[in-house]
Amino acid sequence: MLTKKVKNRILFLTSIFLISIVAAFFILRSLNKNILYFSSPTEIKQREDIPFGKDMRVGGMVKKDSITVNKKDIQFIITDFENEILISYSGTVPSLFVEEKGVVAEGKLSDKNFFIADRILAKHDENYMPPEIKEIIQKNAK
Amino acid sequence: MLSNIGIGLIVLVLILSFLTIYAAYLDLRTSSQYIKKRIYQLSLLQTTFTVLSFFTLIIGYINSDFSLINVYENSHTAKPFFYKIAGAWGNHEGSLLLWVNILVIFSYLFLVFNHKHNKRFRLYTLIFQNFLILGFLFFLLLNSNPFNSIYPIPLEGLGLNPILQDPALAIHPPLLYVGFVGCSIYFSAAMASLISGYGGKLFAQSIKTWVKISWCFQTLGIIVGSIWAYYELGWGGFWFWDPVENASLLPWFAITALMHSLIVLEKRNTLYSWVIILCLLTFILSVTGTFLVRSGILNSVHTFASDPSRGIYILVFLSLMIFSALIIFFTKNKKETFNFNLESRETFILANNWFMAFFLVTVLIGTLYPIFLDVLSGVKISVGPPFYNIVIIPLVIPLMFLMSIGPQFSWIKSQNKFFYKTLFLMLGAIAINLFILYFFGKYSLLSNLIFTTAIFLILHSCFDVKKLFINKNKAELPRIISHLGFGLLIFFIGINHQFSLEEDFNLKVGEIKKTNNYEINFKNTETKESKNYTAVIGNFKLTNLKNNLVQYLDPEIRIYSNPETLTYEAAIKTKITSDLYLTMSNISRSDYYNIKFQNKPFMVWIWISAIMIALGGFIQLTLKKNEA
Repeated sequence: MLTKKVKNRILFLTSIFLISIVAAFFILRSLNKNILYFSSPTEIKQREDIPFGKDMRVGGMVKKDSITVNKKDIQFIITDFENEILISYSGTVPSLFVEEKGVVAEGKLSDKNFFIADRILAKHDENYMPPEIKEIIQKNAK
Repeated sequence: MLSNIGIGLIVLVLILSFLTIYAAYLDLRTSSQYIKKRIYQLSLLQTTFTVLSFFTLIIGYINSDFSLINVYENSHTAKPFFYKIAGAWGNHEGSLLLWVNILVIFSYLFLVFNHKHNKRFRLYTLIFQNFLILGFLFFLLLNSNPFNSIYPIPLEGLGLNPILQDPALAIHPPLLYVGFVGCSIYFSAAMASLISGYGGKLFAQSIKTWVKISWCFQTLGIIVGSIWAYYELGWGGFWFWDPVENASLLPWFAITALMHSLIVLEKRNTLYSWVIILCLLTFILSVTGTFLVRSGILNSVHTFASDPSRGIYILVFLSLMIFSALIIFFTKNKKETFNFNLESRETFILANNWFMAFFLVTVLIGTLYPIFLDVLSGVKISVGPPFYNIVIIPLVIPLMFLMSIGPQFSWIKSQNKFFYKTLFLMLGAIAINLFILYFFGKYSLLSNLIFTTAIFLILHSCFDVKKLFINKNKAELPRIISHLGFGLLIFFIGINHQFSLEEDFNLKVGEIKKTNNYEINFKNTETKESKNYTAVIGNFKLTNLKNNLVQYLDPEIRIYSNPETLTYEAAIKTKITSDLYLTMSNISRSDYYNIKFQNKPFMVWIWISAIMIALGGFIQLTLKKNEA
């Protein structure tokens, strides 16, 4: 026989358990939907299963003399010193967006050589380099 | 010279820390009811030396004494006086010294102001707090010493990152630090309470004020950071769900939950274990945040000073903290019985904790998941803002609803009948929402619900204010102001989000751009020399096509010489109903300027309502005991 107190406790614990599972499911599902994968230009070239039309990030260095501007947008090339990709972007660029400095572009891939960005990220610190880019450069230096 | 003084003072503080622990330990064994005078003296001496060491560093900055590496790396003779001082905490080493200062000062104040409480409890708190102080002092001395000297002495410093040279960002770190490091004192107190068995109501009373202080400062610190991001970073937003921002939000959720459940502990003498867990968790999350930010493990746009070796030390220290907290908690914690009635105020306060816990878990997962995935599989990802928006925003709706009706209930079992009032206010809120919907445009069902519940909370709070004037009972005032602030905040963020205009385009000097509502004329640029930068100022003439109102905006591009950096200063015209926001940036080798133009309704109200939330806390601090 279960006393009322024990019954209440079981009810309380199971409801907490159920709520947590529902919450966890809810969180993980939307997490899965909103993940942005980070790739280098080389990875984009090599990988077969790269998704087009899905939000992602590309990072590398802004190639020297590659920035061009017209009325509508800014175009520039991101390089990891092995492969390159052309980026088109309309919007404001951060103040540390400079040729031959690290940059991360967020947006969609339209084909393997062309990326339409809707956000450009550069860092607050002029000496700072995103760890991903540092890794790429170290890899290519070998 | 300063280097030796500084290190000498730090070592003195270190020795005093050991002495305090030893003296407190001896005093625990005596049967006297009072703490020995010597312990007060030791603690006061320790505080004095710590504060002196901080002043030593500030003097180093004011005099531009480049024999200190820290000053050399972060200052410059041409820097304005105010930012020379602010430079002292605008870097990792200096801010760590500030961290130690707050640990020590809080330790002393807690000892002095809690003289009515149990002796063993106070002594244990002092001991634990001094262990924390020791931990951070060793970190400071071994890894991040602001007093390290350099030889030969450089003639000129490297300068402070220009975007940090800003009044909001000068006060942002001290505010946040009082908030985050202030949590340390009730971390120690919670451990002491477990060991000395001094729990329940009295424990709640002893830490109440400290929780409020740190909550107020945390809230204010986060707001100031947001305001800074809004006008300095040139994106026109104020919250980006960036990992560093999240790191500051994690302890805030925990402390907000703590603040609420502490009331239950004080009034009803229950939930003791939960309060203890939250006390421990808040400071653990503060240190975790520091670890994530300082170790460089997070990929964030706000990363300033990161270095993996710092990370390892903080991580070891953090693990020790968590480990000892867990051991003490599980060996000393006693079983509690809960007796809650559904229709009581404590149930609703507990509901607040559920929401805070949910938000905390969500943000924690979103922040840590990329790190784990990178370590485990090498796949690099980031979690975008939509994740947080999707998971958190829908839950704000029930939260606001409960925030409105919860405080209507009284303790233990409510007899109040207020069903009709609630229904009446709900109908009012729906009507106002429909009014906005009808006259100002369409929005989604979710936005409808958000607006309705936000208005419901605002109306409810206004009625509570009315009741307050009739009853003349000030005790409820802080709660009402903070809740009202939260309702207004969500409401204005919603409006702002829904009705913002944004245009990005490229213009040459002399060109005109027409958008749907505005005509933007880029008239010319001029240059202006300032003390440590040269500014290129753009003159824009803005005509509102609807009412032909003409306004002039002049954004700047600042070229700092040391270190050589560009910053973009937005031109912001703030009015009661909206902000006009315009940034201009130049792109290499081109005549085009990159323009971002935004019209953001009720921007200033977002700040006002956010500050109201913090204000509630500050008012509560000023209320006298018999009133609160």
